[in-house]
Amino acid sequence: MKSVIKGTGYILVHTPDMVLHNGTTQTTERVVNPDGEYLKELPSHIRTFEQALNYYPNQVYIGNLTPEDLAAVPQPWHDKDCPVKDRCGKYGQIMPQEEFLLLMQACDVFELVELDREFVAKYKPQLAANPLMDETILARVNEGSDIAEITRFVNDEHSEGLYDHDVLVGCVKRAHDIDVNLSAHVMLENIASKASSVLALLAGVKNAGIDKADVEYVIDCAEEACGDMNQRGGGNFAKSAAEIAGLPNATGSDARGFCAAPAHAMIEAASLVASGAYKTVVVTAGGCTAKLGMNGKDHVKKGLPILEDMLGGFAIVVSQDDGVNPFINLSMLGRHTVGTGSAPQAVIGSLVCDPLDRAGLKITDIDKYSPEMQNPDITKPAGAGDVPLANYKMIAAMAVKRGEIDRAALAEFPVKHGLTGWAPTQGHIPSGVPAIGFARDAMLENKLGRIMIIGKGSLFLGRMTNLFDGVSFVIEKNAGKDDDSGVSEEQVKGMIAKAMKDFAATLMAQADAE
Amino acid sequence: MDLENQKRVKEFAEKYGPENVVVLLGAAEGEAAGLAAETVTNGDPTYAGPLTGVQLGLRVYHVCEPEIKAEFDPAVYEEQISMMEMVLDVDDIVSEMSSVRDQYCKFK
Repeated sequence: MKSVIKGTGYILVHTPDMVLHNGTTQTTERVVNPDGEYLKELPSHIRTFEQALNYYPNQVYIGNLTPEDLAAVPQPWHDKDCPVKDRCGKYGQIMPQEEFLLLMQACDVFELVELDREFVAKYKPQLAANPLMDETILARVNEGSDIAEITRFVNDEHSEGLYDHDVLVGCVKRAHDIDVNLSAHVMLENIASKASSVLALLAGVKNAGIDKADVEYVIDCAEEACGDMNQRGGGNFAKSAAEIAGLPNATGSDARGFCAAPAHAMIEAASLVASGAYKTVVVTAGGCTAKLGMNGKDHVKKGLPILEDMLGGFAIVVSQDDGVNPFINLSMLGRHTVGTGSAPQAVIGSLVCDPLDRAGLKITDIDKYSPEMQNPDITKPAGAGDVPLANYKMIAAMAVKRGEIDRAALAEFPVKHGLTGWAPTQGHIPSGVPAIGFARDAMLENKLGRIMIIGKGSLFLGRMTNLFDGVSFVIEKNAGKDDDSGVSEEQVKGMIAKAMKDFAATLMAQADAE
Repeated sequence: MDLENQKRVKEFAEKYGPENVVVLLGAAEGEAAGLAAETVTNGDPTYAGPLTGVQLGLRVYHVCEPEIKAEFDPAVYEEQISMMEMVLDVDDIVSEMSSVRDQYCKFK
């Protein structure tokens, strides 16, 4: 049984105040350099919601433009007027902060998120008009509390403030008096991750055109951990998001592996479906508040807007072969092993060359590669270069070393086999998976044959191992449903003919021997 | 440079003496390599980490610089680095690294 990509959801959330209050670059600066120029300058570099909509990479992420459209626009993109400024797109939507704060409250089931009563009254109708919201979720939005009470929680009870346009409009309370794993800071990060995952799940399930009751399993592949002091990463984001998204028949679990987690989770989902264990599995992830404004210092120094003001999320619905949707080829998996080594050459060899060698294919037999799809508009001013382009150059260099392309063709390889990066720098969010929506569409339109999705992760950040990590898989155009009903008459005839021929050969060999 | 790495470089310099430490970089861009090199010689230019205001003046090289390449077994270099050498702007990296060493390295 093949497993296919039934549909995808991609969402962004504009969270300007969380850049200031929850991004670790800013919270660290507040500790080590509270009176520095950066914190003074920063507020004037924050984008409005309209500016976030009027941004090419964001419109690509939700499917209103394609990576090819983006490639045709000269960089930088932050100063360009985007021809599309819609908040809803083919794959999902860009949610404003006000709606998201209400969604966070709806996702909290322990009365930890409190919002100002007036704020709720003002923005609940806006959330109700959101095409992805339903009655069940709206019913979870309570009427709110007095702002005086919220202020007291922030000032005296270790709560984290929730702000909108720099005004306190709510808080996230700590979930335990002494357990740091349940502190207000951790709860805010986790509830934001959960809420953006819920939004992605709603978009993915809707776009796949399936019934919510069809989802049997959800895998969350974000980079947060939820638990308490006795089981710090106990879980389970997947099931808690499935509950709010209204998937009654789903259970699930969390897969972790830094930025490589989405690719790991996709292979797990495809295997679970291919084995028949579950009919429909959704891979999902919400965004990361800690990474907001991560490269803010460089952006401010260079006079740019803070471009890392978006939480990202995605959901990919994997289900049984329908003969139409592109399938995940489980016989062509790349994996970086314990013994691979961490040199980029070894990494690319294990993730790209090894699986192709096993399948008897060349690097050029893969039409498109989707490695780390970070938006270069964000990374280049921060001195990190164009990350997808660097990946394509490495793959091209391997093709030269293997004699599969001429050295002169190095420059054209990224154009032919690559995509221009558009995803926000939210760790797991840009890691290979943003291209799946576009690849699915292109394959359904017979414009693409094979794409390789590559996930890579920096495990050293967890201080458990210095090993690098990564896995890859190939999605292919579906040539039609596998015939599982047995063998055809033609195949039977062929098998009999071969058996007769072998038998005759054996008889002749025996006769010769005698 | 990552704050934790700054801390480790500082600790190594204290433990073994700055004259006995060589920092080897693998950054993919000249600018990034230059910033890391500046951090371990003249101090953290972002004023964020443990090397802020600490002028260790360490010897620092990028793995693609000719001095370092000459130290390698050519077969190992071919297997581990040659692909990246083809991809990187080595001239830019060499120029950034040399400039930082000329200005701040205390051990020449």
